[in-house]
Amino acid sequence: MIVLRAPLNGEDIKSLKTGDEVLLEGTIYAARDAAHKNIVDAIHKGEELPFDLKGQMIYYVGPCPAPPGRVIGSAGPTTSGRMDAYAPLLIEKGLKAMIGKGNRSQEVIAAMKKHGAVYLAAVGGAGAYLAGKIEAVETIAYPEQGPEAVFKMTVRDFPCIVAIDCRGNNIYDLK
Amino acid sequence: MRCIQYEEIKQAVKSAVIKANTLLPDDILEALELALENESSSRGKMFLKILLENAVIAESEKMALCQDTGMVSADIDLGQEVMITGGSLEEAVNEGVKEGYQEGFFRKSIVSDPFTRTNTGDNTPAVIHTHLDLGDHLRLTIFPKGAGSENMGQLAMLKPSQGTEGVKEFILKVVREAGANACPPLIVGVGIGGNMEKAAYLAKKALFRPINVPNSSPDIARLEEEMLARINALGIGPQGMGGDTTALGVNIITFPTHIACLPVAVSLGCHCTRRVTIEI
Repeated sequence: MIVLRAPLNGEDIKSLKTGDEVLLEGTIYAARDAAHKNIVDAIHKGEELPFDLKGQMIYYVGPCPAPPGRVIGSAGPTTSGRMDAYAPLLIEKGLKAMIGKGNRSQEVIAAMKKHGAVYLAAVGGAGAYLAGKIEAVETIAYPEQGPEAVFKMTVRDFPCIVAIDCRGNNIYDLK
Repeated sequence: MRCIQYEEIKQAVKSAVIKANTLLPDDILEALELALENESSSRGKMFLKILLENAVIAESEKMALCQDTGMVSADIDLGQEVMITGGSLEEAVNEGVKEGYQEGFFRKSIVSDPFTRTNTGDNTPAVIHTHLDLGDHLRLTIFPKGAGSENMGQLAMLKPSQGTEGVKEFILKVVREAGANACPPLIVGVGIGGNMEKAAYLAKKALFRPINVPNSSPDIARLEEEMLARINALGIGPQGMGGDTTALGVNIITFPTHIACLPVAVSLGCHCTRRVTIEI
């Protein structure tokens, strides 16, 4: 089994092929719609970002609050297409992997090919199952946005499938 | 005249939203188990296994099945011999949702305005439809639906000349365009007839019916069966990555319509279509 751990480099990304099953380990950053809008605004204004994008993985998720005794509530992927408007700029700034569900736009795939990034699919609707693969969570930006804040997560054995590799091969292009 | 207390309704709604978000309905569990036996794609099988495991974890840990605990639809059948005391029916539903989402540690996903988009912080308001009828019953269907599937629903005002074939093509088009986004295997709800808003409402209401219960009209039941087979022949499969299981069920509801109309609406339910009906 392939294990991926950030920071990722160009070689890690090149070795991944569409359809590969991978396990994520270590740090991933959770960000969805509102957080993406904030990050892109910050890039345009030249402000400091909540975290350095270089070599990192972003998980498209808005988790449920943590019940007592747990680090997080249900936490499966959200539909990635809503982040398509923001993703190319983040990839240009060094983002190496995106984790979500569903297809991506041609613009995102073009940016992935140009800068060497990969798109991973996690199992949509398996939020309770995936929560068990998250060991620690820290809110690092925009806490006022509730489930749309940026969270730093520590994961172990977090299962994904390479849905679109850095050559643009797409698992959703069904014959 | 039968009196029902505001408080009783609120408590019932609170328990129902907690149950709905943590327990997958039996008919869907059975369909997922059957799909696991019949699915020919090994990747599809792996996803189906994870979804069944997810349901076990959610039930035992009392966790939300899916982090998108949705916007709540509350569909209410109210006997006109019922008098509600101590507060309004809609407020009782919204308060029940608010308390249930707090107590269940569910995500609050509602924003107060489509443009300014500030979270209301308590997952209210719910979308409430009330139907008055004879009798002294109060029946509520609580239906929290996530946005991944909700965003992929569509409505078409077809021409009557397009007929059954037009309806069938539209249903297939909606499922094809949804691809992986609506989290297949899907439950496909279809409303045909009425006017524009009636068709949309019926498509949603069709998702309330268990998928092992066909439409009571044999012709429509046959149409449901045919569409299920044709949707599964699309090959979209679990999670949209290919396979035989694109949908677990197709539920259709029809209604009288205008001589010049053939409205059809499709509401897609994900594999985690959550619903609880309670009788007070």
